Amino acid sequence: MTPPTSGARLPESYLTPGTSSFSEFVGAVSPELLPSRMTLPAGSAADLAPHATTIVAATFDGGVVMAGDRRATMGNIIAQRDIEKVFPTDEYSCVGIAGTAGLAVELVRLFQTELEHYEKIEGTTLSIDGKANRLSALIRGNLGMAMQGLAVVPLFAGFDLISEQGRIFSYDVTGGRYEETAFHSVGSGSVFARGSLKKLYRDDLDQQQCVTALIQSLYDAADDDSATGGPDLTRRIFPVVSVITADGHTRMSQDQVAAIADEVVSGRMQRPDGPNASLT
Amino acid sequence: MTMPFYVSPEQLMKDRADFARKGIARGRSVAVVRYADGVLFVSENPSAALHKISEIYDRIAFAAVGRYNEFENLRIAGVRLADMRGYSYDRRDVTGRGLANAYAQTLGTIFSSGGEKPYEIEIFVAEVGDTADDDQIFRLTFDGQVVEEHDYAVMGGAAEAVTTYLKERYAPGLARDEALALAAAALGQSETGHRDVPARDLEVAVLDRTRSQERKFKRIAPPVLVGILGDKGESAKAEETSSDPVTPPAAPAGNDDEPPIAP
Repeated sequence: MTPPTSGARLPESYLTPGTSSFSEFVGAVSPELLPSRMTLPAGSAADLAPHATTIVAATFDGGVVMAGDRRATMGNIIAQRDIEKVFPTDEYSCVGIAGTAGLAVELVRLFQTELEHYEKIEGTTLSIDGKANRLSALIRGNLGMAMQGLAVVPLFAGFDLISEQGRIFSYDVTGGRYEETAFHSVGSGSVFARGSLKKLYRDDLDQQQCVTALIQSLYDAADDDSATGGPDLTRRIFPVVSVITADGHTRMSQDQVAAIADEVVSGRMQRPDGPNASLT
Repeated sequence: MTMPFYVSPEQLMKDRADFARKGIARGRSVAVVRYADGVLFVSENPSAALHKISEIYDRIAFAAVGRYNEFENLRIAGVRLADMRGYSYDRRDVTGRGLANAYAQTLGTIFSSGGEKPYEIEIFVAEVGDTADDDQIFRLTFDGQVVEEHDYAVMGGAAEAVTTYLKERYAPGLARDEALALAAAALGQSETGHRDVPARDLEVAVLDRTRSQERKFKRIAPPVLVGILGDKGESAKAEETSSDPVTPPAAPAGNDDEPPIAP
């Protein structure tokens, strides 16, 4: 069923009380709109569509920061140089995506609508664990496609208004949800980024230092993973950085990120492997 | 055995309209006023949990008077319609006019069908534009009529007295707080005289085009209201807690069999 055209009476299903979940409602009235309801022929579709790569996130005292590189790849081809992979999902949360770009963007749109829909219908926002669980259910719905190579693996971060701290959740393709402490990364360059963050992250980082650590880690990921894009100095394309604190979600401006990225790059001019961590 | 009576269509429609009007007149009023930066909704509603004014989408809000269960049902349908359209097309393709049409068709069909009781509600659908000229306010009545309102509009119990008060004092381009003070004073009007509505008993929300977020709807919290309007009169909230919140004591006394009406 397509959405009713203007002028028609609201269909009975719209007037029936019941779910506050948008995805459940869509599943009931227009299942074909859900990305997870597609049936695919057998075989791997992994090489057909662009893939989005590395996302990193870290908490600091008073919030959480998430950053994503800007590259999407299709095999050995760079499909897009300035793709955005970190999205605000509501006032106090954001999600970064790795995996099949087209499905992931659609999934984020569904998740954003899901949170907003709940908020409008119930008059209150979901708890951060509630949001993380909803995302889990949406990822699980995509399992069939993940098995054919079209996996979507998000990283979810938000500010918990009750415990007043930033929190990070990672997922696997089956919808498994794991809360991470301090920092985490997903995507093809995540191994290198995580190694980098292990050496750079400290508990007492402030917001600015935390962003610097994330950009350093993305640089390290790009250094060793061909699918992750580093700061593009000639085109002035820099990572997308989302900061969430008690004041809500803000996306750092291009100029702010550029300033930090320029600093990181000029440091690498002296020492290409990045800052030294002490041995003991 | 009951005898089948002939009732002329005119009489039938008139009866149904009278029935709906009576229901609506028992609730308290909602006023919508355009101000410099958007559209302001003000209603007297001692309940903090059961809203008469709600967000539908980025630029669209909804206000209603009458039976709570009926307009709540339409509100949820409106949110579903808007979210569904925004999800399947784009956020900018969700319009107040489209929503008003869907509501009008629904109310009209219910009103003229013999099987269903007409809804005892009236609805405002307002959309805020990029400039004041693009603002739209639609008023939908129980029989499915759509009227486009300009500058200000009132519905509910003492609608006439409140409208008269607004008509005498409204000027285009009011600041938000001026519009709020005007609307709050207007809601205290009735055929039987004037009273001060306590600021804490008001439910107030704006569609503010100057908000940086995509979602322009914002509720104005009671402490802010008290700051703007001053703390006049005793709140009805204290006595409210003991009774069923859907049937507040202040609704004009009818007989006890009457269906619940939102405050």
